[in-house]
Amino acid sequence: MKINVTKAPDVSIIDYGINNLKSVSKAFEKIGRTYRIIDEPDDVFSAQSLILPGIGAFGDGMNALREKGLIEPIRQRIREGTPILGICLGMQMLFTESEEFGLHRGLDLIPGRVVPFKQPDEVNIKGYKIPHMGWNELNKPGPDDNGLKWVNTLLENTVEGTDVYFVHSFYPIPENREEVIATTVYGNQEFCSVAVKNNITGTQFHPEKSGEAGLNMLKEFCKINKI
Amino acid sequence: MKKVRVIARLDVKGPNVIKGVHLECLRVVGRPGELAEKYYVSGADELIYMDIVASLYGRENLLGIVNEASDRIFIPFTVGGGIRTVDNIKEFLKAGADKVAINTAATKNPELIREAARMFGSQCIVVSIEAKKIGDGRWEAYTDNGREKTGLDVIEWAEKVEDMGAGEILLTSIDMEGTKKGFDLGLIREVSKNISIPLIASGGAGNIYHVGDCITKGKIDAVAVASVLHYNLLTIKEIKEHLSSQGIPVRKI
Repeated sequence: MKINVTKAPDVSIIDYGINNLKSVSKAFEKIGRTYRIIDEPDDVFSAQSLILPGIGAFGDGMNALREKGLIEPIRQRIREGTPILGICLGMQMLFTESEEFGLHRGLDLIPGRVVPFKQPDEVNIKGYKIPHMGWNELNKPGPDDNGLKWVNTLLENTVEGTDVYFVHSFYPIPENREEVIATTVYGNQEFCSVAVKNNITGTQFHPEKSGEAGLNMLKEFCKINKI
Repeated sequence: MKKVRVIARLDVKGPNVIKGVHLECLRVVGRPGELAEKYYVSGADELIYMDIVASLYGRENLLGIVNEASDRIFIPFTVGGGIRTVDNIKEFLKAGADKVAINTAATKNPELIREAARMFGSQCIVVSIEAKKIGDGRWEAYTDNGREKTGLDVIEWAEKVEDMGAGEILLTSIDMEGTKKGFDLGLIREVSKNISIPLIASGGAGNIYHVGDCITKGKIDAVAVASVLHYNLLTIKEIKEHLSSQGIPVRKI
């Protein structure tokens, strides 16, 4: 249900004009959380937690956030510890910069750069196409994580190899490897599909379109952040 | 590795999901919201809603169905029927659809594909092609649920919509649709050979072997099923288990 009361609902979903908010809103509703759609700096300051969905180009997304005066408020709240979940383009915008259509500055909350997938002629695998679109698996990164990497993250109750739904042509490379929580392989390229840094979580896939597995991740995100 | 998609197709007419044979002789098989949720829960990778009369009677009904789907299912879904303009597309995407399928409007004005792909991204523009066999290795594209001829050769049309920026093609065989006698593999092979965007084959699935053959022999990565689900002949789980046993990667349920 959508409510407007003095205490902010569980999640505040940031609307910057180019994103599809319906599915994300309905997914939170389905797991029993209250939500509201926000697009004003004041609402960012009163939010309990922030959700940054997204679809489209990086530069357009950042420009839209800038025009609404949301960049500094978001950065400030995140520095203060407010939980944030960035989805797809929303995840990418959490990083320092992106190479999509020229170099663009991001929110710079997680150090790293957003880069494109290789083009089909560079990869030469049958069926390899851009965008990477469809169901693909989440893996635990590297041999050195002791299997604990998913504890206390939105993947806490997720089984390794779970399929989630992707639609993207770019992916982020976090500077610090320990912020890579899950990886996915597409066209021989292993990329970061979930990044976590303290109160900041980003998923390159769409949990709101990843069936029951995705809904469980949203539930877990709320739980670990005490939302 | 990307997974082969098993898609549940729901043809709707007014408040009902219907199913026919050769896109005719329609029978009511259930309500859109209930069937969508049933297939979502049982492991469908995507859903497709096609309003088979929308291009004649308007889109309001379909918008209501899309709104309901957004409340109940959390997998990607495509919606088609009566979409004529980029504003229509925007309306459906805003209501929660991930992709739209266009047919009649695209055949009348192929520029719409290019314009829509530029505005919303190729990944959400599906072109629906209804194919009827007219000779050896030749098929003609139809619209309006197999009622109207276009004069377009299916293979050439498929190549053209790819060039115009379509992200995917939903290919329905009018000859096999609803018959449960298997897919038109000749058609599927011919189209898939000539395009590089994903192809969803629709029309004819009657058993698990039809579905498996369609993917391996048709060389495609998505299949839409309707009758076998609506009439409880197969479950998504049975289809996926069969595909898995053939070494075809599918999303685990």
